Amino acid sequence: MSEINHVRNTDATTSSTPAIEIDNLSVWFGHGHDRVDAVKSANFNLPTGASFGLVGESGSGKSTILRALTGLVKTWQGTMRVNGHDLGKKRSKDFYKQVQMVFQDPYASLHPRHSVDQVLSETLSLHKFKNINDRIEKLLTDVGLGPQFRFRYPHQLSGGQRQRVAIARALAPEPSILLLDEPTSALDVSVQAEILNLLTDLREEQNLTYLMVSHNLAVVGHLCENIAVMQNGEIVEILSVEDMRELKSTHPYTQNLLQSSLGFVREEC
Amino acid sequence: MNLLEVDNLHVQFPTRSGTFDAVRGVSFSLGRERLGIVGESGSGKSLTGRAILRLIKPPGIVTADKISLEGENLLDLSERQMRKVRGQRISMVMQDPKFSLNPVMRVGEQIVEAYSQHTRASRKEAKAKAIEMLEAVSIRDSERVFRAYPHEMSGGMGQRIMIAMMLIPNPQILIADEPTSALDVSVQTQVLSIMDRLVQERGMGLVFISHDLNLVSAFCDRVLIMYGGRVVETCRADQLYNAKHPYTQGLLNSLPRLDTPVNRLQVLQRDDAWMTDNPQLDDKPDDLTQPHISKTDAETP
Repeated sequence: MSEINHVRNTDATTSSTPAIEIDNLSVWFGHGHDRVDAVKSANFNLPTGASFGLVGESGSGKSTILRALTGLVKTWQGTMRVNGHDLGKKRSKDFYKQVQMVFQDPYASLHPRHSVDQVLSETLSLHKFKNINDRIEKLLTDVGLGPQFRFRYPHQLSGGQRQRVAIARALAPEPSILLLDEPTSALDVSVQAEILNLLTDLREEQNLTYLMVSHNLAVVGHLCENIAVMQNGEIVEILSVEDMRELKSTHPYTQNLLQSSLGFVREEC
Repeated sequence: MNLLEVDNLHVQFPTRSGTFDAVRGVSFSLGRERLGIVGESGSGKSLTGRAILRLIKPPGIVTADKISLEGENLLDLSERQMRKVRGQRISMVMQDPKFSLNPVMRVGEQIVEAYSQHTRASRKEAKAKAIEMLEAVSIRDSERVFRAYPHEMSGGMGQRIMIAMMLIPNPQILIADEPTSALDVSVQTQVLSIMDRLVQERGMGLVFISHDLNLVSAFCDRVLIMYGGRVVETCRADQLYNAKHPYTQGLLNSLPRLDTPVNRLQVLQRDDAWMTDNPQLDDKPDDLTQPHISKTDAETP
């Protein structure tokens, strides 16, 4: 565990160590006849400070990769490394200090009877931080809410404000990697723009590494530099966002996906 | 005559801290065209759709000068007469097939029920009609789907089943409330083109409620933009990108776009005046049916 800290503290010197390495990862659910292979030998690397997107339809296994990485799914096989450290079956507290996750639905991911203050102070005290009081105020300012929101309950917040609280909670342990699982798909477009801007700013200020899952190619294209396209549990193509913008993809599935996200085209009869 | 005329529609909900005005004076008319209603959550777009079918139950209060379907004021009808309108003359496709289909009834039974409610057809006839309708929504294995339960269907298939069910009584108006938001992009286009084809073939009027501006501008003929329970702007769908109202422009600019990357997205600055000022509506019903007709004429040859 001290090894992790060591690696992390010397990020500048060992910048060649990727933040996340996924090698030959397979994830499955169920046994025997019911076995479903949700992810089939996935490979990708994220350098520190990168922003990487996983796209695909529902059921393609993109969220499952995040869940396996955070230890929410136990049935996996292959190699996953975070900041050069191999991940085993269990995750240590040090892991959660480095990797945090923001979930899709801000209405479901906050405890309805915990105030913002409780949510944040619980995370902070779990990670044994001192001066929790000041930190909560700083976190709330960082995500653009301000200290006046500190004693509110989730039902007193709008969807966008809730997602900001969820982001503040993820930032509380001062992680270097954020896993974003469809962070804006439950929000209106105007609020989506605010949250995407916030994520861009935070990444710049705190040198975060993002691994983002989304079905919206435009959102991924805005936030990420590279994307992996998934279909039926397999990564069919990894391409840069520039190539995606110019529709320079080689795989027919990606081309199809790009076509559909460019909008509805009426068939001429 | 226009198919549907809505004049000065209000929907209110009494709360402990006074009445909440969810829809405040919405007026529009619908010809045989595709009308899009866009807005954010809470703008009253779904309530407008539900109010037309008189689906808002007390304590909600619906008032309007007129909601007329081919000259007949729906507000004057009894509940019994209203049941003849729902489904048969105006039907509605809901957002999520998972919650809108009956989970303990086979798909085929539900479609047959929708058909026989409004016609005096024999069972055999109704079944044949249902299977024909399933085929019309591009379901290949229609005999098997007819016997299946909704949970055995994927989201896209469920939505197509719902469209089949809503179109089988051959209504004049279809209200589609976010019909594709629960679906993946690739399935979304498929479902939309099926709906589009059926609506065109039958010469129906379509009210398409959505929060997706790009989709509406590509799919509809005319768009109403709603904000805070009011229509702030009406324009032709292909002119949406030249919209004048600051709210519409703000919404459009806040969208990330694949073809034009930006570093920061523009954030919508809300203006309290949008809630109160009188919008500039260039709503000319006579003119508005024209572009649609000329458009379809241009498409057919």
